[in-house]
Amino acid sequence: MPSENLAITWRRMPERYRLVGTECQNCKTAYFPARKLCPKCRRKGRIVPRQFSGRGKIYSYTEVFAGPSGFELEVPYLLAIVELEEGPRLTAQIVGVSEKDVKIGDEVEMVFRRIQEDSAEGLIHYGYKFRMRRRG
Amino acid sequence: MRRVAIVGVGMTKFGEEWTRGYRDMLIEAGSRALADCNLHGEEIDALYVGTMAPGSLVGQEHVGALVADFMGLTPIPATRVEAACASGGVALRTGYLAVASGAHDCVVVGGVEKMTDTPGEEVASALGGAGDQEWELFMGATFPAIYALMARRHMFEYGTTEEQMASVAVKNHANAAKNRYAHFQNEITLETVMNSKYIASPLKLFDCSPITDGAAAVVLMPLEKAKRYTSQPIEIVASAQASDALALHSRHCESELHSTKVAAKKAFEQAGISPSDVDVAEVHDCFTIAEIMAIEDIGFFKKGEGGKASQEGRTALGGEIAINTSGGLKGCGHPVGATGVKQAVEVVWQLRGQAEGRQVEGAEIGLTHNVGGSGATAVVHIMKKA
Repeated sequence: MPSENLAITWRRMPERYRLVGTECQNCKTAYFPARKLCPKCRRKGRIVPRQFSGRGKIYSYTEVFAGPSGFELEVPYLLAIVELEEGPRLTAQIVGVSEKDVKIGDEVEMVFRRIQEDSAEGLIHYGYKFRMRRRG
Repeated sequence: MRRVAIVGVGMTKFGEEWTRGYRDMLIEAGSRALADCNLHGEEIDALYVGTMAPGSLVGQEHVGALVADFMGLTPIPATRVEAACASGGVALRTGYLAVASGAHDCVVVGGVEKMTDTPGEEVASALGGAGDQEWELFMGATFPAIYALMARRHMFEYGTTEEQMASVAVKNHANAAKNRYAHFQNEITLETVMNSKYIASPLKLFDCSPITDGAAAVVLMPLEKAKRYTSQPIEIVASAQASDALALHSRHCESELHSTKVAAKKAFEQAGISPSDVDVAEVHDCFTIAEIMAIEDIGFFKKGEGGKASQEGRTALGGEIAINTSGGLKGCGHPVGATGVKQAVEVVWQLRGQAEGRQVEGAEIGLTHNVGGSGATAVVHIMKKA
């Protein structure tokens, strides 16, 4: 509990693998994770898929020393809220740096990584993490 | 709407209660609340139970009927209410609405959680369900991590420090040491908090509320009937609830809880009072940063000044406004579903003058503030001596 099941992983592949969210054509707001109903326009909204660039900035961050089930071998890891350049924010790990190397506002980009495994013979769940963009 | 009063209250000792199970604790708290107002079971019309995750924690669902059965109250309607860590506060509001509307005349509201039967990682995962399972927990977020992301933002925007957060834990342990029902009965020093290890930076072990077993219960009635059961009825003069995005990352601002601001504003309007009229408040300090945000978002202090106010002792017993005299979630413990009801029990004791060594002298008006998840639910009640 609450290991990710195959059906959830299968349904979420476009978002988790390729950062495909949605956009409301009525109010032009971008949504990630995807929303099937625009909370601003509700029934007047017109939702279509939207590909995000994968570039963004660190909005907040923490180094996690006690993870949930399935992350015992990962700790400590950096977890952040990333603000995508299109506007929405998401929660993701930051890879390749330690806490002292990051600050709010740093530019990051999406990378495709393994997120967690069910068991030695179980499903491997993939998705997005972020790394620092080279400065200058 | 009818005016509603709390006539009886009761709770179990909070802590690691290995000798008692889920149903035992709620029955103990309920029996104490009934004894407190000399109420007989036949007079009870309905039962509401606030509980978050008994299915994950002890494998039990359908707990409304379970409690009615083991309290000897069948066949009255018995309903489980769930809103993560705000389950207790929302159960209280549900019971309040049932009495205020005239649907029921006598309602018992209980809150309970049994957490120490389950290994720590499984408890962390069960509590994680209060956030967004597919987009926060899946990525490795825990509740300490989510509140740490808020703490980092609060530090960035207002200059709040780790010492200021630590002072909240020190104050709440000092209060808990005066409460025989509290999980922790000992005072701690600032050094203890500052030297404890990081759980999710900048939050350390002593910034976090513990994993606790416990239950609490209150009895509600129309105000006009209340005097028959108690010489000191406490009126619920406001009950307000608000929601927000489930995931922290979907919120407009992450250094405040918008749901708290909305619920508190509505509650003060209903009661016709302002924050400065409140003498004693139990606020949701699941982490020290949460108390700092709560005292700002409710309106006791200006935004950004909660950390400084805490450090200066303005929220301690004898300060400007006594916050979390019970010890709060940090010192008294946080059996999640029980917390919102326990807050009401503490405020009732304060307003009756029964809070023993932690009594706020002359307390007339009290407030409770209970949060679900990282702020997707907030519920505020204001209570007054009737």
